[in-house]
This record gives sequence, C-alpha cells and structure tokens, in this order.
Amino acid sequence: MKVYVILKQTFDTEEKIVIANGRVLEEGVKFIINPYDEYAVEKAIRIREQSGGQVVVISVGPKRSSESLRTALAMGADEAVLISDDRVSQDEYVVSSVLAAYFADKTYDLILGGHFSIDNGAGQVAVRLAELLQIPHVSSVIKLELPGGNANVTRDAEGDLEVLQVSLPALFTAQQGLNEPRYPSLPGIMKAKKKPFQQLTLDDLTIAAEALEPKTSQIELFLPPAREAGQILQGELPEQAAKLVELLRTQSKVI
Amino acid sequence: MSRTYTIIADHREGTLRQVTLEALQAAQIASLEGDRITAIIMGTQLESLAEELAAYPLSDIHLIEHDSLQHYNAEAYLSALFGVFDTVRPDAVFIGHTAVGRDLAPAIAARLHAGQMSDVTSIERSGAKIMFTRPLHAGKAFEKKVFADFPWVVTVRPNNIPAAQASGGQQAQVVRTTYSPTPSLRSVVKDVVLKTSGKVDLTEAKIVVSGGRGVKSADGFKPLEELAEVLNGAVGASRGACDAGYCDYALQIGQTGKVVTPEIYIACGISGAIQHLAGMSQSRIIIAINKDPEAPIIKTADYSIVGDLFQVVPLLTQEFRNVLK
Ligand SMILES: Cc1cc2nc3c(=O)[nH]c(=O)nc-3n(C[C@H](O)[C@H](O)[C@H](O)COP(=O)(O)OP(=O)(O)OC[C@H]3O[C@@H](n4cnc5c(N)ncnc54)[C@H](O)[C@@H]3O)c2cc1C
Repeated sequence: MKVYVILKQTFDTEEKIVIANGRVLEEGVKFIINPYDEYAVEKAIRIREQSGGQVVVISVGPKRSSESLRTALAMGADEAVLISDDRVSQDEYVVSSVLAAYFADKTYDLILGGHFSIDNGAGQVAVRLAELLQIPHVSSVIKLELPGGNANVTRDAEGDLEVLQVSLPALFTAQQGLNEPRYPSLPGIMKAKKKPFQQLTLDDLTIAAEALEPKTSQIELFLPPAREAGQILQGELPEQAAKLVELLRTQSKVI
Repeated sequence: MSRTYTIIADHREGTLRQVTLEALQAAQIASLEGDRITAIIMGTQLESLAEELAAYPLSDIHLIEHDSLQHYNAEAYLSALFGVFDTVRPDAVFIGHTAVGRDLAPAIAARLHAGQMSDVTSIERSGAKIMFTRPLHAGKAFEKKVFADFPWVVTVRPNNIPAAQASGGQQAQVVRTTYSPTPSLRSVVKDVVLKTSGKVDLTEAKIVVSGGRGVKSADGFKPLEELAEVLNGAVGASRGACDAGYCDYALQIGQTGKVVTPEIYIACGISGAIQHLAGMSQSRIIIAINKDPEAPIIKTADYSIVGDLFQVVPLLTQEFRNVLK
C-alpha cells in the first residue's frame, strides 16, 4: 500500500490567540501536528505495519511546518515532503490546487487527512483534493479497514454512523476515535533524521497561474467580545436551584 | 446582473432542519431585488418537505427523489446535484455546516472552481460587497472575509443566523427531476446506524446540558439526560468524559469536538479547559455546576452553583418540571 498523509501544522490547543496589526501573533507559540491529522498519520503507519508499503507525509505551509513533518517521521512515516512558497495563499482553493499539482504524477492507494484543521476550521482542502484527483472520498472516518483492494469505512455523521465500502484509490479524513496516536520513540526520533525529506517550491510543480489566485480574502480579524463577569449563586442548594430557574425565565426566551 | 442563489436543504427524520431556514436567510441577506433563490432537496419521501419549504420566499424548489439517495453518499449526491445544476446554474450555493454540508460543500466548490467559506456565523451586505464572519481557532478569534468573484459556496453554522420567515404569499414552484444513478459508483453505503434518532441535534439545540469527568460514570449522565429531556435540549460532554469512556466522542464539545452556540449551556462537572471553552463560550447564557469554586469554568459562566452535581442537577430538573408544567 502506498499511503500519503496530508498534514498541517497548527497552534497547540492550549494557546490563547493574540492579534496585533491585523494578524494572529506567532511569537512564542507552540506548534503541533493538527490533532485530526495525527490520527491520519497513526492510521497510515498501522496500515504499513500490517501490510507493508510506504507512508509519505506531505504539508503545504510555512517553513516551520518541517518540524511537524519530522515528528510524523519520528512516529514512523517513511518520507516527508514540504511545499513551502510565499506565493501560495491560505485560500483552500489554492492549497488544494497545489496539492493536486503535486499528486498529478504520483500513484497511491490511499490519501489520508484530518477531518478539519483546528486553526482555520474549514475542512475543505482534503475533500477538494479528492475531487481534483477524481477519487472518491469519505470524511470524518472513525474506522477504516482494507480487505482485498477495497476500504470499509465507518463515518461519524454527527453521532449517527454510516458504513461505506469504497474502491481504492480513495481519500479519507480522520475523526477522533479512529485511534490513539503514538508518541515518537527516542530511536524513532534518531531514525527520522536520516529519512528522505523533500523541500519543494512552486517552481518544482506544474500549476496554472489561475490556480494560485485566491478565491477568498480576509478583510478583518478580531477577538470575540469578552464575557461579563458572572454571578455565583448563594444559599442552600434548593434555593439556588429555584433562583437559577427564575433568573433563566426572566433572561432567556427559551424557558 | 441577476444572480441565482441555491440552498441545499438539509433534513433529518422527515423534517427540515432549522439550519436550512438559516441558510435561506443567509441567501436573502446576500441577494438583491431581482435575484432568484432556489432550493434543492435530495432523498426519499420528499413531498411533505417540499410542501413545508414552499411556504418560504423561494422561486422554485427542485426535488431529486431516488432510493439511492436515502442515505448520504457524496458521490451519488454530487452526481444528482450537478444534474440539476445544469438547469439551475447557481451563482452561489448555501448549505448547513452539518454532517452532510461539511462533506458535500468542498466537493461542490471544487467542481465549480469556486471559493468557499465554511462555518459562517454571520453575513452582511453593503452595496456590492457581501461579507462573511466565521470563527478561527474554534472561536478563539473571528475573521471577516469576502469572495473574489462568483460562483461561491457557503456553509452556515447552525444556531447563528436567524431562520427565514415564511412568506405567506405566493407558493414556490416545485420541480421534480428524475435521477438515474450511474452504475459505476465507487462508494456504496452498506449500513447506517441511527444513534441520535429522536434526540435533539446537539449543534442545533437551544439548550445543551454537558457533563465532564465530574459525572464519574456512564450512569452519571442519567440525571443530565433527564434535565435535557425536560428542557427539550441535547446532552453534550467534555473530552474528559469521552476519554474516560462515559459517553460517545460524538458528544464532545470543544476545539477538537463540536462547537455549540445554544441559548443556554449548562456545564456539569466540567473544569473549563481552554479547549472546552473554545467549543461553547459563544453560548448566550452559560451555567456552571461544579463543586470547586476555583474551577475556570466559573469565570466564564453567567451563573454558577458551587456544589455536588448529583444533588444540584436533580433539583434543577424538579424546578424546571414545576415551572414548565
Ligand atoms: C489536543 C487536545 C485537544 C483537546 N480538545 C478538547 C475538546 O475538544 N473538548 C474538551 O472538552 N477538552 C479537550 N481537551 C482536553 C482538555 O484539555 C481537558 O483535559 C478536558 O476538557 C477536561 O475535561 P473535564 O473538565 O471533564 O475534566 P476535569 O478537568 O477533570 O474536570 C472535572 C471537573 O468536575 C468537577 N467535579 C468533580 N466531581 C464533581 C461533582 N460531584 N459535582 C460537581 N463537580 C464535580 C471538578 O471540580 C472539576 O472541575 C483537549 C486536550 C488536548 C491536549
């Protein structure tokens, strides 16, 4: 099996967001593999451990992303590819077009990604890529088995489960519950240093100028309004419960 | 130039989802006089849905009814949809940011070579400019965006844009289309397990009662379920509760779970980690029930009761039962 994992580096979930000069500040921020992509990396490695083959992790993003790709190599991926170029905007149409250009001359059985990235939260790039490559996709997958050239996948549909059989090659995005990602081991970290790591720019790809024109642009960035200080109710618990219900009735149209 | 805005109707267990009407409202905000707003419904047994939708300000409603569309399958839905797009020719497509919309919208956008904004919480029009607000970092920040050009695709976050009102005027025209599935589908739905049947949808619920590690067991969720039932709300959870195996990951709220924006959010035995807050802090009223007065959730909550949830939650259920009778 040849498995590609598309991966994005994101802010650690502990990070608070600070905005200055119309940008989210990155100074001092800890970065991680997008948690959903991490499930995809883990799955790809398990597939290779079971049935052989090769796992390639690929990211389109700033130079700092190489750190996350290294982590994926240390977990057990075989090769990494970073496409880093200032001419690539964050627009999902553009990012997916760049990935599609990379995949144009590749062969693969599976492409795995995350259900969405926890920073931008759009959940577009993987599904767009599947369309551009004209392969089937299933998103939000919590179970993936590969008997005889097909994939049996279970998709989480807002709590309901949908079981599908899909012919390969196909693209799937990982949802929480698919697995428990491993931590890189010390030997894994050492080995990762010697694994192939390809650094590409747009000059290495064949891509139409039109595909680099962003379809969306940001005009404003802001923090949500801070919540006003709340109230800690007092008294015996039954009194507090009655008081709360009273407050909700006067304040909320719902009750 | 007159534009066509198309809503893809999301429905569940034979009724329209509220988010469909919110998507329609978004289309109304985007549209100008003379523009057309159309709807497309896919699935089986669509007559009553079409009737329901016909009361809203739409120029026409396209029904694509076929057994093979009973359950969502991206490939089948896309081929059905693009059949109708040949006649509808949408300039913009609106759909809920739901299990179906999240999966379908980027594929539609890719096929239309269109831009997409996901998970939009608000939309404004000023002259020729249509602006979309959407969360970043699960709501730790927000951005406003514009499209470079038509066509485009938008997914609408449930519970944020007010629902469209029925027009009471002229009924929309219902157009039935035949659909013959291609035999060459590469993906087949083998089984669907409806675990949420009959329950209030978590992302659309007006009231969410959430449990954390403090509920201590799967059984510990029972009092929360009772409270949710009395309030016609949904039950959610922290990752702490999911990781401990007290409930399904499908209930998880937070940065790596669902983002909810109900009218009332009741956090029971949840400490209020930053990842959890990201998923619920845009709720209108937040209530914390926690035995630790220092728990961070109390700083975010509008009202807090410091105490044992196993005492407090049944008391609340009783109080609500009394007043809602
Ligand atoms: C990458 C990553 C992603 C994450 N994503 C999410 C996410 O999406 N959503 C999420 O929720 N978390 C997420 N987390 C986990 C998060 O950091 C916290 O660990 C988690 O939210 C804690 O869950 P909790 O509040 O239920 O448990 P705890 O932090 O253990 O809190 C339990 C609370 O219950 C109270 N309590 C105990 N017993 C009682 C009682 N009888 N009555 C009243 N109160 C009681 C305690 O005082 C305490 O405040 C993520 C973490 C990581 C690293």
